[in-house]
Amino acid sequence: MTGKAPEWPLWEVFIRGQHGMAHRHVGSLHAADEKTAMLNARDVYTRRSEGVSIWVVEARHIVASAPSDKGPLYEPANSKTYRHPTFFDIPDDVGAM
Amino acid sequence: MTANALLEFLLRQGDTTLVLGHRLSEWCGQAPALEEDIALANTALDLIGQTQMWLGYAAEVEGAGRTADDLAYRREAWDFRNLLMAEQPNGDYGRTLMRQFLFDGFNVLHLDALQSSTDERIAGIAAKSVKEARYHLQRSTETVIALGDGTAESNRRMQAALDHLWPYTGEMFVADAVEAAMAETGIAPDPSTLRAEWGRTVRAGMAEATLTVPDSDFAHQGGKNGKRHSEHLGHMLAVTQSLPRAYPDASW
Repeated sequence: MTGKAPEWPLWEVFIRGQHGMAHRHVGSLHAADEKTAMLNARDVYTRRSEGVSIWVVEARHIVASAPSDKGPLYEPANSKTYRHPTFFDIPDDVGAM
Repeated sequence: MTANALLEFLLRQGDTTLVLGHRLSEWCGQAPALEEDIALANTALDLIGQTQMWLGYAAEVEGAGRTADDLAYRREAWDFRNLLMAEQPNGDYGRTLMRQFLFDGFNVLHLDALQSSTDERIAGIAAKSVKEARYHLQRSTETVIALGDGTAESNRRMQAALDHLWPYTGEMFVADAVEAAMAETGIAPDPSTLRAEWGRTVRAGMAEATLTVPDSDFAHQGGKNGKRHSEHLGHMLAVTQSLPRAYPDASW
């Protein structure tokens, strides 16, 4: 080996906790390729039966909004309260929404 | 005689998973990457969990009032019946994973067959363990392929690991009087019948890893019959047994 070994790519991990729910971001990890990323996600994030489905995606493929775009992206929605469905009562039986 | 053979067989199972599980746990906090550290510790815990089942049943079969802990912590090196391969020092990370691959390939086939054991307890332990073993094999296979088919340095190290460990693989398939008694009563398969399929698994993996399987049948023996353990086992037991021996019956 000469010089510093290159870091493994960073992967973001999404886990679906139970059927019917959406995948949620749970954290990230390093892995050399997608197969290893999946195995690492299983070992790092599902040791206590947290999930029924795992997604891994290499972090560089995620397009993220920039904090400096906060104004134009979000502020126009602030004055439009009629877009918020806060006028409806949700029956308890509906469960998670 | 059959009860003795059954006890011997259960000790072989439990001692191998105990010793190998401890070897893997030696990497905890020291593995080359955080993810590998956690994954290997998971495997170690799986093996220690299997040990509790095997040695727990062994203690019952023995019927001498001993527990799984007594068997694990209060026997001498010559009482152990683990495979010699399991007690060998880890070496570098590549060698540790190569040993795991060679063992996992056998363990999956063996446990798979044990699921149809005429002994219900053994069939139950095997059914629970084989799922873990399949995952271990998946993981160790991926890693030995990645390292074998990696850089010139990682390839050199993995070939050295394979050459070093190969003479220890034969012991897994030796069928002695104990194994014959187990096969006769349908409790466990004759391990020599698993060798061909294991060979195919290993050769396929090694081909993908661009490694050369040694052309030799020489096999170190003396682990599972307890006749000639290597000097490494005693040193390992000095570590694993020091606390229970210094503070007998301590609980925490």
